Amino acid sequence: MAFDYDKWIRPGKLPHIWCPGCGHGIVMKGLIRAMETLKLKKEETAVVSGIGCASRLPGYIDCCTLHTAHGRAAAFATGVKMAKPEMNVILVGGDGDGTAIGGNHFIHACRRNIDMTYIIMNNYIYGMTGGQFSPCTPTGHKASTTPYGNPDPGFDIAKLAIGAGATFVARGTAFHANQIDKLIVEAIQHKGFSVVEILDDCPTTYGRRNKYKSVIEMMNRLKEVAVPVKAAEKMTAEQLQGKVLTGVLYRDDTKPEYTAEYAKVIERASAAK
Amino acid sequence: MEKTLPKIEIIEKYCKGCHICVEFCPKDVLEMKGFYASVKNLEACIKCMQCELRCPDFAIKVITE
Repeated sequence: MAFDYDKWIRPGKLPHIWCPGCGHGIVMKGLIRAMETLKLKKEETAVVSGIGCASRLPGYIDCCTLHTAHGRAAAFATGVKMAKPEMNVILVGGDGDGTAIGGNHFIHACRRNIDMTYIIMNNYIYGMTGGQFSPCTPTGHKASTTPYGNPDPGFDIAKLAIGAGATFVARGTAFHANQIDKLIVEAIQHKGFSVVEILDDCPTTYGRRNKYKSVIEMMNRLKEVAVPVKAAEKMTAEQLQGKVLTGVLYRDDTKPEYTAEYAKVIERASAAK
Repeated sequence: MEKTLPKIEIIEKYCKGCHICVEFCPKDVLEMKGFYASVKNLEACIKCMQCELRCPDFAIKVITE
């Protein structure tokens, strides 16, 4: 039976604003399937975003949603989680929103290990504002502000998240649509800060400038570069050159979760009176 | 066992003509008809749901019994 996405979409909101072939729609479907798999209640689920193409996502989803200031999704979401620790808080955003403007919020949310799930749709560019290069644009690639090639090396979001202290880090791609909901399910179930990076395509502002002839070419690129973690174990460093690992990259269930720790602080402070 | 065919519903109001469903269908069931995707050869459909999964625009539904 066809999956019923309509249950989780605000009536009358489709068609969405994303460009033809943009992977954000695929990620949104993955998120909806994950929420349905976990049987999340709409009134106990908050989807929080900042600004950007990817951050338009909460506008379509029918549950508690928050569309906040640029890069500040993690800050607002922390507020939601602290006020109502029983809520399932899911953050969505793009690479520019999450790692440049919201870079500090992102790393500190990772450090705190607060029980939230951050889905970062990495399309290597600022799509909505006109194709400026983002911290994830690979070296040498073109953007509207780097027409002769980007001199900066790009961020590896997963490594950044692991380094900053996130306790669940996974990566998927928009091409591997089947895997997206499985990764998100694991991330939501994990107690602690979970980061799911989804490699995405931006045919309009990134593809055209970087000699991708079509959406299909961009999707095929995602298919080629992705290597599952298990398959990568059997591959040599040479074979892994230019590839990106996908699947669950890091998991630590031992680190204490922030809202639980904060509840203890409140208890100690109340006892001290 | 007799093969039951699914019903592939394409919502043209949502379709943005990105070609993803047509290109990644393993059995070449779909084609582009003008701006929108449409069903070319329903007989070949193996109900793998790849088109429904990958459609970024919520425009395809593969209805199986």
